[in-house]
Order: sequence, then C-alpha cells, then structure tokens
Amino acid sequence: MAFDYQPLWLSIRLALVTTILLLVIGVPLSSFLAFRSFRFKPVVEAIISLPLVLPPSVLGFYLLVAFSPNNFLGRVLQNNFDLRLIFSFPGLVVGSMIYSLPFMLHPLQAGFQALPGGLREASYSLGKSKWQTLLRVLIPNIKPALLTGIVLTFAHTLGEFGVVLMIGGNVEGKTRVASIAIYDEVESLHFHAAHIYSIVLLFISFVILLIAYSLNKRLFKS
Amino acid sequence: MIRIAVQKKLVMADGVKTLSVDTEIAFGEFVVLFGKSGSGKTSLLRIISGLLKPEEGKIACGDEIWLDTRNKINLPIQKRRIGFVFQDLALFPNMTIKENLLFAAGKERDDAYLCRLLRMTNMESFSQSKPQTLSGGQQQRVAIIRALARKPRLLLLDEPFSSLDPQMSEHLRKELKTIHREFNLTTLLVSHESTDIYGTADRAMEVKEAKILESGRPGMEPGNEHLAGEGSYKGRILQIYKSDLGYILEILSGDTVLRLPVDEESITVLKPGIMVLISSKNFHLHIQPLSCLQ
Repeated sequence: MAFDYQPLWLSIRLALVTTILLLVIGVPLSSFLAFRSFRFKPVVEAIISLPLVLPPSVLGFYLLVAFSPNNFLGRVLQNNFDLRLIFSFPGLVVGSMIYSLPFMLHPLQAGFQALPGGLREASYSLGKSKWQTLLRVLIPNIKPALLTGIVLTFAHTLGEFGVVLMIGGNVEGKTRVASIAIYDEVESLHFHAAHIYSIVLLFISFVILLIAYSLNKRLFKS
Repeated sequence: MIRIAVQKKLVMADGVKTLSVDTEIAFGEFVVLFGKSGSGKTSLLRIISGLLKPEEGKIACGDEIWLDTRNKINLPIQKRRIGFVFQDLALFPNMTIKENLLFAAGKERDDAYLCRLLRMTNMESFSQSKPQTLSGGQQQRVAIIRALARKPRLLLLDEPFSSLDPQMSEHLRKELKTIHREFNLTTLLVSHESTDIYGTADRAMEVKEAKILESGRPGMEPGNEHLAGEGSYKGRILQIYKSDLGYILEILSGDTVLRLPVDEESITVLKPGIMVLISSKNFHLHIQPLSCLQ
C-alpha cells in the first residue's frame, strides 16, 4: 500500500491556519488583557486558560454538541452561513483556535506586561493613537514573546489529538490529520506507516523548537 | 496663559487626600513644581497631560479647553499638544535616535527644526544609534528633544535629572534653560531637588500634602538680614572634594556653580545636598548650613 502523505499536509495546514488566525486575534486581545483592568477580568482569563487544564475530550465533546446542526449554534451557522463545523476542516480550525488560545495569549500578554509602562504613555504623549502605538512601539518590542507564541501555538496544534478526534472524526482528506492517522494505523496494525508519521512529526517539532530557540537567542542579544 | 484648576482624590501614604490646585502658567514661563516624593506633584503633571482624569476641574491652554468636567470635555493626551519627558525617559528601544524623533514629529515634520534640536544638544553624531547604547545624560537629551519634536505648546518634565550625577544634571539643567529660551517654550518641571529651582526657574511652586503652598521667584536668594549689608547668598552643596589646599566645596547658587576652598574643620558640618548661606565679613568667607528648604 502506498504511503499517504495527506494527513501530514493536513496537519501542517491546520497548524498554519490556526497560528495565523490566533496571531491576528491574539495580539489585540492580549494587549487589552495586559493593559486594561475591568471587573470580570479574572473570569475572562480563567475561561481563556481552561484548555490548559481541561481534558481535550471534554472540550471536544462540548464543541461537538455546540456545533451539531441539531442544536442552536450549529443550526444558525448552517442555515445562515452554510457553515458546518462538525466533521469538517473549518470545524477543526475553530476547535484548534479555542484549544491553542492560551498558548498564543499567555506569552504575548506576559511580553506586553513586561514592557516599561512609560513606552505606551510616551507614544500617546507624542500624539499617537492606540493602534499606532501597538504597531510601531509595542509589537516591535515584544519580538521574543511573539516568537514564543507562534511556535507554541504551531507545535501544540500539530500535536493535537483529542479535540480533533471529537469534532473532526477521521474523514480522509478533510479531518484525518497526522496524529489521528498514527492512531488509525496502529489500530490496523500498520506499524510501518505509524512509524513514518511519528518520525516526521517528531522531526518537525524538533526543528521548529530548534529554530525558535536559536532565533530567541539572537533576539535577546540584539 | 495656561489655567489649571483641578481637584483629584489621591491615595497617599497617610490616607486619601484631595489634590487641590488653582494656578496659572504664562506662555514662555519656566515653572518648577517641587515637593517631597508622594506630595502629588507627579499626579498634577499627569492630570495636565491628560494621563489622569481629575474628579473636578478645568484646564485651558490659551483659548483651547483641554478639560472641563462640568461640560464633560476631556481632550485625550494625543490632542493636547504637550511634550512629556518621563522619569524613566521611555525612549523607544526598537528605533534609532533619528527614528525616535521622526516618529515623534509625525506627518507635519520640520526637518530643519529636528536637525537644530540635534545640533543644539550635540547629538547629531548619534542619530543612527539605538537609545540603549547611549549614556544616561545622552538619553536624557534625546528624551527632551523627542518631546519637543512635534513643537508642543507645553513641555512637561517629570524629575528629569534625578538619575544623573550632580555635574551632569547641572550641565543639562543649563542646556534645558537654553532650549527653553531659544524656542520660547512654556515649561513645567517637577522635581524634589531644590537645585532645580535656583538658576533654572522663572517661578517655583511648592506642592505639600496635595496643595500648592507657595509661588515665588527664585534666583540668587538673599540671605539673613543681619548679614545683608555685606552681601550673602544661599546655595546648595553639590559635592565636597579634597584638593592640595584642603577641601573644595562645590555650591550651586542661582545659575552659578561656586568652588570655594574650606578647611577640614568646616566640612564636619557641611554635607552634599544641604543648603548653605555664603557670606563674607571682614574679608572672611562664612559658610553656614541652613535648615533644608524642602
């Protein structure tokens, strides 16, 4: 039987899309959490951190129930946007984004909080808006934190299993990512294929971390 | 004329106090606001800049209303056209000195003016350097010229010289005074050092327990009346160092630094930082400690 590379590509695509989307959402959200204090902030922070402690199957189960066309949210998405999130790639992206959210947010929030408070106020005093300040002053000064957020999110999404299995199942070419494929191949006693998937995932994970640590060293030096 | 009349509750070391200020600053004036740490002077600076909102009050810069709590006007800091030199300087580490200035100047930048600022502070050759590679005094200069890059109507400085050694701060104080005069600025400087008042300010205001206590014109302060006939001056000891003849006292009086020789016996009661009265009587120099003005 020819080896099927598709699960690997799917894993990489899922990790890339999730990381890019989380970066776009994560930067403004983490700066908001870093600099603003409001009454229910601990509640918001606790919700964002939940995926760190929750078994992925629990999160996957609730997402499966929520996205099901038999229930309100799933019905609204299907009827109004023609979007079906269970057993589909977009569903995996949404699930992964929720699951990996703390891995992007925490480093960014810590990075923003570690900046001297005067930088923001100095930029405001020079007539710059909040967005100008974020883009020109704050983000360029948290590069190591950005890199950590990107790497952790990418690597975490790549190795995701429980959430993907619950809401994506094992649909070839759509939701059958590498981690699911390994499980599947082992169940079918195809150890050779499982070995290939595993070694590739191991290699990619190692290389990503290696690049991150080398880059971080250079960033810190500069 | 900048008119400031504000009230703001502040949490201080000895409980909640209401900062209550009602004062005016004329355009072109150099005002030093001094007082002990925690007296509320930095809070007042933050209120004027728009970083802190008072419960009640009005701030007007000429005919422009910056704050009027009754009419719910509160111009954000971005629109107040102020230059703010922060205590920690807050230079942008990701930008070079030139980039810091260009970012500050924004779209309506005046290159000739920026070059003049760099030249006046002798920072031209450092324009391509990153702030973290500069010395403390050089960073301070950049912070001042960056605050001036967009031609502010009011320059605010929060303890700008507190982290520098006495010579460097004395040097920069003079430089700031020159810049103030040259560009016809309106300047408000916050300090807990009374050295910042003498020789620098047109007017000094003391903030004590959240209230402005006194407002006067400092300069070469005349001393005790019974010695006045012989001429006497107040000053602050910047440092004491040993020389071949004994000891040298470096005293800042007005805008002049005096170096006076003293014997070993005299320096037992004289320490750097204290205010002294310098007088001459029968061709002898007398240097007596005064109770600190702060």
